[in-house]
Amino acid sequence: MIVADQFRPGTFVDAFRFIGDHGSLLLSKTGEHLELSFAALGIGLVLALPLGLWLGHRHRGFFFAASVSNVGRALPSLVLIGFGLTIFGVGFWNNTAALVVLAIPPILTNAYFAIDGIDRDVVEAARGMGLSERQVLWQVELPLGLPLVIAGIRIATIFVIATATIAAVAGGGGLGEIIVNQASYGLAGVVGASFCVSALTLLAALGLGLLRRALSPSPVPEA
Amino acid sequence: MNAVVAAGPVIPNFGQGSKCEQTNGWWCTDWLHAHWGDTLQPALFQHIELSLIAVSIGFALAFLLALVGVRYRLLDAPIGIFADFLYTIPSLALFQLLVPLTGLTVTTVEIALVSYTLLILYRNMVEGLRAVPADALEAARGMGLTRRQTFMRVELPLAAPAIIAGLRIATVSTISIATIVAFVIPKGLGRPIFTALGQDVFKTEILAAGALAVGLALFADGLLVLGQRVVTPWSRAG
Repeated sequence: MIVADQFRPGTFVDAFRFIGDHGSLLLSKTGEHLELSFAALGIGLVLALPLGLWLGHRHRGFFFAASVSNVGRALPSLVLIGFGLTIFGVGFWNNTAALVVLAIPPILTNAYFAIDGIDRDVVEAARGMGLSERQVLWQVELPLGLPLVIAGIRIATIFVIATATIAAVAGGGGLGEIIVNQASYGLAGVVGASFCVSALTLLAALGLGLLRRALSPSPVPEA
Repeated sequence: MNAVVAAGPVIPNFGQGSKCEQTNGWWCTDWLHAHWGDTLQPALFQHIELSLIAVSIGFALAFLLALVGVRYRLLDAPIGIFADFLYTIPSLALFQLLVPLTGLTVTTVEIALVSYTLLILYRNMVEGLRAVPADALEAARGMGLTRRQTFMRVELPLAAPAIIAGLRIATVSTISIATIVAFVIPKGLGRPIFTALGQDVFKTEILAAGALAVGLALFADGLLVLGQRVVTPWSRAG
């Protein structure tokens, strides 16, 4: 699978030439890559975000939230993908399931600690003003906790896009298919496809970082 | 599946072996008994060795970088961005990029593993050292401690919880990423997994190797928590 290709200083130039020459191939592989990543992130968000927010709102499940993030980090993606193969067989869902498991811990843990850590006085004041529990969560806690919540989503996104590469080992398609197939695409292709994955990851990280900054509550100017 | 090539000597042959192996069972105890010694145990020990080397070198490197980053603030951002960038390179790609330079060797995989530990270790060290209260530094100076003494006796102990928190994350994720090492060299717990993937997805082997990897990570994490209690007896936070 790995060929010790002769490395030349020109490899990086070749990599860019590869990107230029194989635009449509890379575009379709990038499409697959994003499809897989977004499916996993979407399912992960639906599963983890409400649970994390609710637990944080009730100030319950500290141990649960902390353990989920610990165990989640300990789970090797290769193991997840291998395990998924035994259940779902080769294909899209096997890899999606593995990536969902990878996406859940940072989203859930950050959502929990974002809401749990909000100044209790502020929450009490909102209750005293007659806000319902739902309103407290939506109008007070969520806006205040949003930066940390988005930080969690950002970590999950970086994880998922970078790891979706490994899905190629289990027939998952995406840019990883070029990266694990040096025999067909050459080192230039491998490097070129890696540039694409890195660029996708950096773009996603940058985008969500900007979103986080834009949604952060601005500090009240001191009188 | 064409990307997976069987490399190991232990090939579960569904044609022979126990009934459990023939039907590709979830947990074939007889297979585990037969192959603990020649497959799983060596893989586990190799995995520990690979992770230990990576985390040790990563720790030393990040520490030096953190000293530079704290002393010269201008350099902090570039070092952070560089570590960030290293972190976004897919591990599979990084391994292949290094193979032409350093060959199919332990060096290749260690360079990759070390570069993944840098981000989290560096960030936590810098933040831990920066968070040392100015009062404490002032008091240390007032007591006549030299710069070196201040660092060893005041700054380092106060930053220890943050540093160890980073070390925990780095250790656990290194043990996790080290499974992919088997793509380059036939070592570590990833090896039985790749073998099993190549052999019609032999479930028992994947599950056993996976369980060992997760168990090892959690065990290492537990050790570091204990270590933190010993090093910082004044803070009882787990």
